[in-house]
This record gives sequence, structure tokens and C-alpha cells, in this order.
Amino acid sequence: MPVFTPELVEVAERIVARYPKGRERSAILPLLYLAQSAEGHVSREGLREVAGLLGITTAEVEAVATFYTMIRLRPAGRHVVSVCTNLACVLRGAEGVYARAREALGPGCEEVTEDGMFTLHEEECLGACDAAPLVQVNSASYHRVTPDRVVEMIDAIRRGEPPTPSHGEFPGDFRQVSRILAGPDATQAGATQAEEPAGEAE
Amino acid sequence: MTERIITARWDEPDTVWVDRYVETGGYEGLKGALSMTPAEVIEEVKVSGLRGRGGAGFPTGVKWSFVPQDTGKPTYLVANFDESEPGTFNNRELVERDPHQFLEGVIIASYAVRCHTAFIYIRGEFLWPGQVLDRTIAEARERGFLGKDILGSGYGLDVVLHRGAGAYICGEETALLESLEGRRGQPRQRPPFPAVEGLYGSPTAINNVETLANVPHILVRGGAWYASIGPDKSPGTKIFSVSGKVNRPGNYEMPMGTPARVVIEELAGGILDGKRLKAWTPGGSSTPFLTAEHLDTPLDFESIATAGSMLGTGAMIVTDERDCMVDATRRLMGFYADESCGKCTPCREGTWWAVRVLERIENGLGREEDLPLLDDLCRNMLFRGFCPLVDGAVSPMSSTLKFFRDEYEAHIRERCCPFSDRPPIPAAADEPGSVRTAEVSE
Repeated sequence: MPVFTPELVEVAERIVARYPKGRERSAILPLLYLAQSAEGHVSREGLREVAGLLGITTAEVEAVATFYTMIRLRPAGRHVVSVCTNLACVLRGAEGVYARAREALGPGCEEVTEDGMFTLHEEECLGACDAAPLVQVNSASYHRVTPDRVVEMIDAIRRGEPPTPSHGEFPGDFRQVSRILAGPDATQAGATQAEEPAGEAE
Repeated sequence: MTERIITARWDEPDTVWVDRYVETGGYEGLKGALSMTPAEVIEEVKVSGLRGRGGAGFPTGVKWSFVPQDTGKPTYLVANFDESEPGTFNNRELVERDPHQFLEGVIIASYAVRCHTAFIYIRGEFLWPGQVLDRTIAEARERGFLGKDILGSGYGLDVVLHRGAGAYICGEETALLESLEGRRGQPRQRPPFPAVEGLYGSPTAINNVETLANVPHILVRGGAWYASIGPDKSPGTKIFSVSGKVNRPGNYEMPMGTPARVVIEELAGGILDGKRLKAWTPGGSSTPFLTAEHLDTPLDFESIATAGSMLGTGAMIVTDERDCMVDATRRLMGFYADESCGKCTPCREGTWWAVRVLERIENGLGREEDLPLLDDLCRNMLFRGFCPLVDGAVSPMSSTLKFFRDEYEAHIRERCCPFSDRPPIPAAADEPGSVRTAEVSE
């Protein structure tokens, strides 16, 4: 089974067309995000197909894929929970948030939880230090998260009722977000467009 | 309260949409620019004295004037929205709350360097700001602020939003270009500088989001007006991002040269729980910590340099008397070790070893000779790397060794972290006394 279905190949071609002629290689990260949206991570086959689409070698694609932490080469949980543990968040209690999340998710959560639902990730500064401690679920940000709150968030996601992020709507699981990250050509017009102003929902 | 310029629209959430943005004077700067020649636009920005807000402080108009127009190649404008410097969050809020202002700056800058395809490089983790920008670019296209013939001027521009995928180093401009070209984000040798040989080997101007947000206002109100704000050598306002142990963390736009005390004690409401300030970074974690003694320093490029640090991104991470500066340094060094791209030895190896030594000190296994060892590491890393990442990594270490050496000494003497509840390490634990001890104990 190919990773890139005929539909995804079409999307990939639209993405490549955003870049100047002869500079198709610039589309490598969007195409890796697209492969990730299909599989939940990027497999060997995914790397090979991206290489094929861009006319470069699999080794070249792998060299790039291994450099960027948001491209996952091993299977991840359906939802990736990231807790910032850089200085500004730690000064506001991020270590306690991470510890409680780890406890709530159980053994192996830093890879994938047994039920395949979660991956917990210790994240570097996410650029929202005024709202520390910051937690992201599939790159959607949650501000001023306490240890109790992170456990509530995890429970809510388990129940299928993901909490509303501090901006916008819950964007979906890790695969769906990978598709958003591949760029507007990868999502139907309007599908990812926000309906509300950027004001903070508290 | 002095006038806010680039955060003025933050009070009115509807200005994120193009209609309200235009009603509040939006795209007037672009109209002004299109009625001038590109050279005149560059001249106006030169007159303003605007300096890059991404950390280096290079004059923006001068940077644009370095982009040659006679190479026969296309020219490019790249907006650096990879905002990843720990403690820094002004670009994110500028885009979330006034996205058209930033886009207008991108369009004017592109016109000035005669570029027809501009790129915005946004860090992948900025999911929401990216969605805001997708929407904003689409709105601008619909209204004729982007496209083949902008506002009937004959000038054409399209903007491509390009998402990164989690790499701090891509904020360094040549690493960003590598990443944008589809490669690992490793910095390039300079010269040639990007202005001459940048994206796809073509002349390229790279500007920070905050820098570009200022540009429409300079075109509307004139370079001379902008130059009259703040100190002569660092004109304009700056957004200071305050985080850590303050009562009101947030972004505060003030004229350059505002004393740090005003920002920390008045705007950010002072230290949490009435405690005393211990240390603060003037411009993100890559700028040396300063202390309470430096609070009256004016926040501008020259004054902060004189005080022994750098204005950087204006991101002030504040610690108080309860915080352990050895632990803070260990944590930041861990960040740099993770984010080192691996290209050069002083950075790749230096950060790795520094983490090992800092960890054992924090864990009560430090030895007296560790402090001279860290001093030595600082000397062997600073300015010896391929790019400034390694200098940033040295900043917290060298400055805490200078101002808080007593804390390091206390860790070693008491065989524990004096700020932690963890008990001291028994005396026999660190024999036979090699760096390996710290690894074994992990």
C-alpha cells in the first residue's frame, strides 16, 4: 500500500507548485508532514515516496527528516502532548505539570501509551512564556496549565471530548494536525480557517 | 503612558480582519510606498534608523540597500518568524493580534528590494499563528494587496508561508535558508552574506517579524518621526516580553531606552509574592543574565552592551531569590545541547560536556575543580563556533559564574542544591572522581 494515495499525490503536486521552478526540494517538509498525516509517523516507505516525488534520494530525505523533531520516524500516539520544560515555564511550575502528566498517562508514555492514545513529549520553549506553564496537544496551545488541569485535559481527551485550546478550536489528532501543517493546499478551503478573532479565550 | 505603535491595534480584536484593519489606517503605508520608488522607500527606512529586532540590531534600511539589483537573478524577501529564543514571544502575539500589519510590512519590504515571491518562515509549533496567517494572506489576495498588480501599481508579489518542523537553529538566518531550501538546518559560511547570495543563491533580505511590523508606520508617518522616538542610536519602540517570576507576565511596548526597572517593576507588576529579584535576561536566554544592580540600565542596544549583556530580542526572563541559578543554567545548557545542529565541535561537544558538569554540581556531586573547568569551557566555546548558537549557550553559564559563583560554591561545599529539598550526597559517593560519576548516578 503506498503512503501517498492518488489524492495525496495531487495535494503534493499543488504544494510543490508553490515553490519556484527547479526549487521543488523546498517542499520536503510539507511533504513529510503530508506523509505523517497518512501514517501517524513517517515510515521508510514514506521517506522513499517523498524522495520519488521530489526526484532526490531516500538518503537525502532521511537526512532532513532526522533533523526536525516534529517529523516522527517512529509511531506516535494518536495525540501528542507536549509540556514546555524550558526555564520560563519551569519558573511557573512546569516540572509539576510534566510529572503529573507522566503519572496520568502511565508506563511507556514517552514513546506511546499501551492503548495507543498518547505520546508525552518534553518540549522546548514554545513562545508563549506569558502563559506559562504551556502545554500543547497536537500543537494546539493551552495556557497556564496546572498539574490538576493537565490530568483533566488528558481525561477529557480519553472521553473523546478534547478541551478547547486557548486560541481557536481543537484542531484534531496528530495526523489531522500534520495535514494542517502541510499547508493550505492540503486542507479544503475554509476547513482550517478560524471563525473567530485571535482574542484569547480564557 | 507613551504612545504604542505596533501594539496599538491590540486593544481592538476586530482589526485582525482586513476590513477593520483598513478602517484603522491599514495598508496606507503600502499605498505610500507604491507611490515612491523602491530606492526612496529604502531611504525613508534608513532615515528612521530602524534596527533589526531579531537580536543583531543591524539597520534595516542599510540591509535592504545591500541587496544588489543587477545580478540578473530574482531577489527574495524572507520574514523570519521562527521565534524560538527562550523567553521570547512578541512575534507570536504581533501576528495573532495584528496579522495584516505584519503582512503589510512584508509587502513594503518586498517592494523595496524588488522581490516578487516572498517567504514567511514560521516555526512548526506555531499552529494557530500559522492558521491566522493563512487566512490573512488569503484576505490580502482577495483585496488586491497581493497578486500580479497590487492596487493598480503594476507591482506584483505573492507570499508563501513555509512551516518549519522543530529546530531552534533555524532562527539563525543562514540555517533558515538551508531549511527553506529543503535541507538540514545547518548554518552557512559567511561571507557571502544572504543580501548577496541568500535563498537559492539569489540576493535575499531577511527580517524579523517585529522589524517588519514597524515598517508601515514609518511609511505613513515618516522616517524622521520614527527617529525622534527613543535614543539616537536605537530609535523607535521595542516590545519587551516579560516572563518568569513577575506578577504580570506579558508583552509591553515601550520606547527604546526605557529603564529595565520600569518594565519589570511597574508594567510587569514586580516580583511574585513580594520577593526580591535575583536575575533577569535582557534579550532571551542567549544573552548574559544581569542582576538587581542593573535594573536602572536603559533598555537599548548600546546601554545593555555597556552593562555586559545584549538587548537580543528584548525577552526578559526574571528569577527571584528562591530560584537556583545553577539549576537554571543546567536547564538552559540542556536546551542548547539538544538544539546544537552538530556542525561544529565547540558547540556540539562543549554544550554536551557543560551539561554533564552542571548536572553533577546541581546533584551534589560537584568538585572544587569544576568551577575552573567551567570557566575554561566558557573560554573554549565563546566565539569559537561556526554560528552564534554557541555564544548563546555560553551566556547563562558565564554570567552565573560571574554573578552567582557563591551558589555554585555552596552546591559543591554542601553536596546538594541549597534551593532543593533533596538531601546531600554522602561523601563517599563520588569516588573515584571522574566525570563518569555523574553519568553513573543518573
